[in-house]
Amino acid sequence: MLGFLGNVLTDGPLYESTFRLAAVLAFAAVGEWVAERAGTINISVEAMLLGGHFGAAIAFTASPNFVLAIAVGGMVGVSVAALQAWLSHYLTADQFGIGLTLNILLLGLAAFLQPRFDLDTRLAGVTSIPLLADIPVLGPALFGQRWPMYVIYALVPLTWWLVMRTNWGLEVRAVGEDPQAADVSGIRVNARRRQAILYAGLLSGIGGAVYLFGQVGRFESGNIGGKGIIAIAAVIFGGWTLRGAVAGCLLFGYVDALRLNLPTILGYSLNSQLLASLPFLATIVVMLLFAKHTRQPVALARPFVRGLK
Amino acid sequence: MRVVLRSAIGRLRLGRDQRELALLYVACLVGALLVSLLLIEVNGSSWTRAVNALVDGAFQNPGRWGETLRRTAPLLVVAVGSVVATKAGIINIGQEGQLLVGAMGGAFILTLVQPGNPLMLVLGIALGAAAGALWAGLAGALWYWRRIPIVLSTLLLVYLSSQMAAFTLTRGELLLNVVPGEPNRLLQSAEVAPGSRLGIIEVFGNRFPLSVPVALAMALGFGWLLSRTTWGFRLKVLGLNPRTAQRAGVSDVRYGMSAILVSGATAGMAGAMMLAGGESQYKFSSGFSSSVGWDGLLVALVARNSPLLAVPVAVVFAALRSGSTFLSVAGIEAVLVDVVRALLVVALFIPPAISDLRRKRRALASLTERT
Repeated sequence: MLGFLGNVLTDGPLYESTFRLAAVLAFAAVGEWVAERAGTINISVEAMLLGGHFGAAIAFTASPNFVLAIAVGGMVGVSVAALQAWLSHYLTADQFGIGLTLNILLLGLAAFLQPRFDLDTRLAGVTSIPLLADIPVLGPALFGQRWPMYVIYALVPLTWWLVMRTNWGLEVRAVGEDPQAADVSGIRVNARRRQAILYAGLLSGIGGAVYLFGQVGRFESGNIGGKGIIAIAAVIFGGWTLRGAVAGCLLFGYVDALRLNLPTILGYSLNSQLLASLPFLATIVVMLLFAKHTRQPVALARPFVRGLK
Repeated sequence: MRVVLRSAIGRLRLGRDQRELALLYVACLVGALLVSLLLIEVNGSSWTRAVNALVDGAFQNPGRWGETLRRTAPLLVVAVGSVVATKAGIINIGQEGQLLVGAMGGAFILTLVQPGNPLMLVLGIALGAAAGALWAGLAGALWYWRRIPIVLSTLLLVYLSSQMAAFTLTRGELLLNVVPGEPNRLLQSAEVAPGSRLGIIEVFGNRFPLSVPVALAMALGFGWLLSRTTWGFRLKVLGLNPRTAQRAGVSDVRYGMSAILVSGATAGMAGAMMLAGGESQYKFSSGFSSSVGWDGLLVALVARNSPLLAVPVAVVFAALRSGSTFLSVAGIEAVLVDVVRALLVVALFIPPAISDLRRKRRALASLTERT
C-alpha cells in the first residue's frame, strides 16, 4: 500500500500527463472564470474548445504554422463565443439552451465537415527550459513540455491582472455581483458580459488549439468530450477565485492522468468504466466537500433586463 | 382572392407585435434552411437529394410516418418533464442521463424476466421512471443540501450514467446477454420479453407503439396540471420569484424537489418506453439514449415551456431523426441532421427575443416622448 502511494506520488510521467491534461482544462477554466465573474455560465465552452481544436486543425493543414493555427483556433473560439454572447446577453435567450445548442452544433459541424478536409496535423516540438526542467519529479512536468503548453503560464497572471487590477475588470465583477447597481452607475451591463464571454471564447479556442498541438496531435471530433464541462466544474470548485480554479484544473487533471497511467503504475488495469467516470465522480465529491464554503457571484446565471430584479 | 385574404388577415387582427414576430420567424427559419443547404453543397452533395431523402424518410415512404410518430413519443415525454422543472425555475439539463438510467432500470425487468407479461411491462416502466427520478433527485439533493448548482450536477451525471450503463453491459449477471459458445462482441442486453412489449398500433400500414398515445396524454395531462391545479400554480410562483413563494408558504425544497423528481421520472419513463416500444430491436445497449434526452430538452426550450406546443415541435424533431436514416442511404452523412437541428433551434430562439427587445425599445421611446 505504501509502495503504491509512493509510486502514485513520485511517478514522473504521471505528473507530465497531469500537467498536459490540466493545461487544456485551465485555458477553458480561466476564460470561464472571467465569464462567471461577470454573472454568466457558458456551457458552450465545450463548443469553444472544440471550435478551436477544429479551426486550428484546418488552419494547420492549409499552412503548417503553429502560431498562426493557434491564433485561428482562438478566433474560432471567439466566433462561437460571439454567438453565445449575442444570443443570450443581447437578445436574452436562455443561456443554457443556447450553450447546449452550440455544443450540439459544433460537434455536428466538426463531424460533418471533417471528411471534407484532408486534415494533416502533428505535435509541436518539445522545448525543455534549461535548469528548471532538471528539477526531480516535477521539473519535466512543468518545464519539459511541448512549447504551446507554456502559453498558459502567461495567460493566468494576465487574466488575473485584467480582472483584478483594471477598470474593465472591476466593471466585469460589478456586473456579476449587482447588475442593477452597475447599470445605475453607468456601466453597460450586457456589453461587459458579452466582452467577458468573448474573452472566455478566445482562451478556450486557444486551449483547444494547444490541446491539438501539445497533446493529441490529430483531430478527432470526440477529443474534447466533456472537458469544457469539467472546466466549468473547476471554476465552481475553486469558489470563483482564479487560484482555486487553477487548483481545480490540476486536481481534475491529476485524476484524469491517474486514469490513464494507473495500469502502468499498478501493473494491472482497474475497471475501465470506473476509471472513465473518475473525473466526473471526483468533481461531484469535491464540490460536495467544498461548495458550501464558497461565495458565488450574486447575479450568477441571472440574465439582466433593465428594470427587473 | 385578394379580398378574401385581406379579410382573413383582418379577422385574425394581428397586432404590430404579432406581425413582426411572424415575419421574424419566417426570416429566421429561411435563414437556417439556407445555411443548411449551403453546408450540404459545400460538403459536395446536392441539397435536393438531401431534402428528398429527409422527406421520404420522415413521411413519404410507406410506413415512415409511423416511424416518425414512434420517435416523437420519447421526445415529447422528456420535453413535458423539462417544462415542469423549468416552470419551477429549476434548470435540469441532464435528461440524456436520466433517460439512459431509466432505460437501464427498465431493462432489469423487461429483458431479464422472461417470457414476460403486461404486469412486468408496467413494473418495468415504473422502475425506469423511478430510476430516472432517483438520478435527477440526486442532483436535487446536492442542491438543497450543499448548494451544488443543478445545471452542473445534472450535466456531470450524464457522463456518469453512460459509464454505469456500459458497466452493466460487461457483466453476464447484470444485463449483458451471454450467448453460449459465442464471443460477446456486441455489448447489449437480451431482447425485451415478448409478453412485456408495448402494444403496436397499426394505421394504414404505419406501425407505432402505444407510447405515442401515452405521450400525447401526458402532454395534455401536464398541460392541465400546470395551468389548472394548485401544484402547478405553486411551481409557477416558485419559478417566477422564490422569495414571493417563500412568503406565500410555498416550500422551496418541497416543490422544487417535486419538480425535479417529476422531470427525472418522465425522462426515465421515456427511456423505459423506448426500450419496450422497440428501439434498437428491443435491446438495451450503452449508446441506447442516442441524444433523445438532449433533443427532448431542446423541444421544451423551443416550445417555450408549453406542453401543448411541445407536441408539434417534437414531431418536427422526430421527423428529422427518422429522415436522417435515409440520408446515409443517399450518401450524405447523417450527422448533418444534428447541424440542421441545432440551426433550427437557434433560429427559433431568435424571433421571440428580438420581438421582446423591440417592444421594450418602443415602450421606452414612447415614454421619453411623453416626458
